[in-house]
Amino acid sequence: MSNQVPIAEGLFTWPAANPALLGSRCKSCGIAAFPAAKSCMACSGQNVEIEELPGRGTLWTWTVQRFMPKSPYNSGETPETFKPYGVGYLELPGGVRVEGRLTENDPAKLRIGMEMEVVFEPYRTEDNGDEVISFFFKPVA
Amino acid sequence: MDVAIVGIGIHPFGRTPSRSGLEQGAYAAREALKDAGAAWRDMQFAFGGSASAGSADALVNELGLTGIPFINVANGCATGGSSLISAYNAIKSGEYDIGLVAGFDKHERGAFNADPKSLGIGMWYGETGMMMTTQFFAMKIQKYMHDHGISADTLAKVAEKSFINGSKNPNAWRREPIAVEEIANSMMVNDPLTKFMFCSPSEGGVALILCRADMASKYTATPVYLKAATLKSRRYGSFEVFAPSQALQQVDGPTVDAARAAFEMAGVGPRDIDVMQLQDTEVGAEIMHMAENGFCEHGEQEQLIQSGATHIGGSMPVNTDGGCIANGEPIGASGLRQVYENVLQLRGQAGEHQVPNDPRLAYTHVYGAPGISAVTILQK
Repeated sequence: MSNQVPIAEGLFTWPAANPALLGSRCKSCGIAAFPAAKSCMACSGQNVEIEELPGRGTLWTWTVQRFMPKSPYNSGETPETFKPYGVGYLELPGGVRVEGRLTENDPAKLRIGMEMEVVFEPYRTEDNGDEVISFFFKPVA
Repeated sequence: MDVAIVGIGIHPFGRTPSRSGLEQGAYAAREALKDAGAAWRDMQFAFGGSASAGSADALVNELGLTGIPFINVANGCATGGSSLISAYNAIKSGEYDIGLVAGFDKHERGAFNADPKSLGIGMWYGETGMMMTTQFFAMKIQKYMHDHGISADTLAKVAEKSFINGSKNPNAWRREPIAVEEIANSMMVNDPLTKFMFCSPSEGGVALILCRADMASKYTATPVYLKAATLKSRRYGSFEVFAPSQALQQVDGPTVDAARAAFEMAGVGPRDIDVMQLQDTEVGAEIMHMAENGFCEHGEQEQLIQSGATHIGGSMPVNTDGGCIANGEPIGASGLRQVYENVLQLRGQAGEHQVPNDPRLAYTHVYGAPGISAVTILQK
């Protein structure tokens, strides 16, 4: 049984029955940020608290990455196995617009304003067999 | 005290395997000194920048050890603009009479691979393939096309013009026109942008000699005055490159802020500008920067570009030397290339890429990570 580890600590709740992205919200001005920050970019305040961000939103903009990025890209792919991937900003109600990879890479199936949900899936497998989990945005069926 | 540009020098952009980036910078510096009829030992200070080709102040090893203060500037794509502002302020303050600004670079082939850590972003952002400037530009124009009715054909027409202008510029890298159909049908890189719609990292060097306006006639018969030089970083709420998240409420970006400050400083408006060099890391940037700098309304670019207004003979010539798309982007030199081009235009020395009707006011704009813009306004 492989071990599942998050791609970074503090990015989302893991392990969890219903994992969620972790943002921060400024208690002075109410502005949210992702990933969680120690100070507020809007008002410079340092009174911030971490909160779970909503798991569903609308696609604000998108593109498809057609060539394999150089390091620090680390997906376990080789130039031969590389698959283009979608990237977009998901507008989360009451929160922020978060940038993430999309599970869909077909431009014909992507449009601004479509509804998407945040999902947590294996991204790559480490040499020791650990599965690295990251977050993705997936069209709502 | 006004500040004048009295000497300009360039090393051709593109790929020069026989010369290091530093050597290209020294070549440009010597050309600028020759143009001003000045000697290196006359320079009282220097500012310079290079992202990938070593420290700019190593130029003293090439040019001679005269003991001057040479300050290295590093501000991403706005490095050249930042060097120029520093030199402008050094002279305007009364501290110095004359000095040199230089920028050069030599990048490896392929897209830039930025380091998340250097910008305070977690490694996961790069590991998952989001630390890509090309994605940001693609997503920004994708949204802009959706909101303001810009067509895919207009994207291709911008690159077509870049290569036409590049073909007229002996210092450009890409010197062959490319048909609009070939641009549109070339490999898709980041939807909606194809291969020929992007600039590539390249090599080159530019240097400028600046001096007190009241001393300009000692060096040149055709001084060009720096009427404004501004630099702004992003405010909360603007949509910028390398942003894992952004605000729901949007405010104007650093380009809008830098442009406003520059027009105010120069005491002129967008309609007064005769020729403009706008950051075109890809075609979408050129389109959006036309409006962000105040030269048209959002969406008006569709008609302006389709009607040829941005060509050399048009009503608002943009990127008359071929811009980043035809010159590539050596980060340290790129912003100074725009100023070099505008000085040529105002002197009437731009040859085949000269705009007609004796231009008087010229404008430059650069944009860089993680959300900075620099603007200059030159007047003859």
